[in-house]
Amino acid sequence: MEYFTQQLINGLTLGAIYGMIAIGYTMVYGIIGMINFAHGEIFMIGAFISIIAFLLLGTLGVTWVPLALLIVLLVAMVLTPIYGWALERVAYRPLRGSPRLAALITAIGMSIFLQNYVQLLQGARVKPLQPVISGGFEFMRTENFSVVLSYLQILIIVLTVILMAVFTLLINRTSMGRAQRACEQDLGMASLVGVNVDRTISFTFVVGATLASFAGLVFLLNYGVIDFYIGFLAGIKAFTAAVLGGIGSLPGAMLGGILIGLIEAFWSAYFTVEYKDVAAYSILVLVLIFRPTGLLGKPDIEKV
Amino acid sequence: MLSISGVHTFYGKIEALRGVDLEVGEGEIVTLIGANGAGKSTLLMTVCGNPRAARGRIVFDGTPITGLPTHEIIRMGLSQAPEGRRIFPHMTVLENLQMGATISDPQYLDDDLERVYGLFPILKERQDQRGGTLSGGEQQMLAIARALMSRPRLLLLDEPSLGLAPILVKQIFAVIKEINEREKVTVFLVEQNAFHALRLAHRGYVMANGRILMTGSGAELLANEEIRAAYLEGGKQKQ
Repeated sequence: MEYFTQQLINGLTLGAIYGMIAIGYTMVYGIIGMINFAHGEIFMIGAFISIIAFLLLGTLGVTWVPLALLIVLLVAMVLTPIYGWALERVAYRPLRGSPRLAALITAIGMSIFLQNYVQLLQGARVKPLQPVISGGFEFMRTENFSVVLSYLQILIIVLTVILMAVFTLLINRTSMGRAQRACEQDLGMASLVGVNVDRTISFTFVVGATLASFAGLVFLLNYGVIDFYIGFLAGIKAFTAAVLGGIGSLPGAMLGGILIGLIEAFWSAYFTVEYKDVAAYSILVLVLIFRPTGLLGKPDIEKV
Repeated sequence: MLSISGVHTFYGKIEALRGVDLEVGEGEIVTLIGANGAGKSTLLMTVCGNPRAARGRIVFDGTPITGLPTHEIIRMGLSQAPEGRRIFPHMTVLENLQMGATISDPQYLDDDLERVYGLFPILKERQDQRGGTLSGGEQQMLAIARALMSRPRLLLLDEPSLGLAPILVKQIFAVIKEINEREKVTVFLVEQNAFHALRLAHRGYVMANGRILMTGSGAELLANEEIRAAYLEGGKQKQ
């Protein structure tokens, strides 16, 4: 039971990361019908911007943890979306209206490009970060095991919930969010009521990148090491999460993320750590075979 | 108000419009009738910039709009209830109407909602229902109401009577007349229901194979033998 609880906590933390990235996949798919395979790299760039910001703050002598965290969070969430915006502007917009395959290949190309870009600028070696937040609550103590809920995990879960609430309000209650949903349902009609479709698509990439940058920061804090390659695996896991939840569905992306996080945590705990990725990808295969619309996905509405 | 001259539009290699000339004057109801595939809807969409006219000129209120992106054309004060209604299916009726008001000042929203609810009271009852769950007639009303939310000076309507019961067709045409007379909105109406459309309109155009064949006042066209034979006799029986 103790062990189970511990894995539940770990799985939820991991799931928050996947869910945050998955939203970016699902939103972009919803609006322009392409899988942005470079989205994992946006997450990785978010993690790199975070580590650079931490190190800079360290040299500047900002060591009070809450302040440093706040600054890093803001820096990452402001700078990373510039990459998301530029990615769409430079690589995807010129291809709008071209066959899906062209966009897909471009996305993979941009993914490789961004990996190499970071590798060239930052080197290929892993980048460690001293633990910023340590300690936590211990409970359910027995002789040889106790459940630890670290302060970091609490922070991650609280911040994720806050960010999700803000994001939900943004999409459901603001006029920009309404325009975003309108574009998702009928791009042509949205432009017929005067929505600037290009700007709305840019907005979608920026929002997706903002959430991914948060995931990048959380990843950095949670694991303490990053390299230029982390976006690949996390990106594919998050993509799996988006498909599991139902691609195009926002609550589905979050749910899918949490499920993939839990599956990975429990698989690692009760079976073998080596095969945890296999577990996640098997889910992808099973979902694609038996329920291609995902858990919360709506069947395709015929668009005229 | 709207002046179309020598417009050609292509879908890929297919030439859907082959040099269309057409005028809509301020305050008029002008109708464009013709069979399926004549290019009527294409003309309305070309006015809105999607697809773009390959050749020719479209001028709205003295400003050429031929090369402008759709959302900027809409901002100039025209609005369209397009073919197939294209209600946002997962949005509520209210949200659909709010989308219609995308380009207007938010301070007018309540007034404009009252206005369109006055024209179509059923929409007020359905306010919180999703667009996709409405009946065909209600969707058509919503499409027109949505188009009116931006306070257009020129309203483009694409087959508002399509698929509706005769009583609803009458109701919709009565509202179009009211919009034109009371709110001074110019209306450009594309219809297959030639009988109703020509009776309502001040002037009409007849289109076939991407060209304008004939033009005249509504009454003239209604009386024309060829038009009676091609578009009215069959249509009238269906009434």
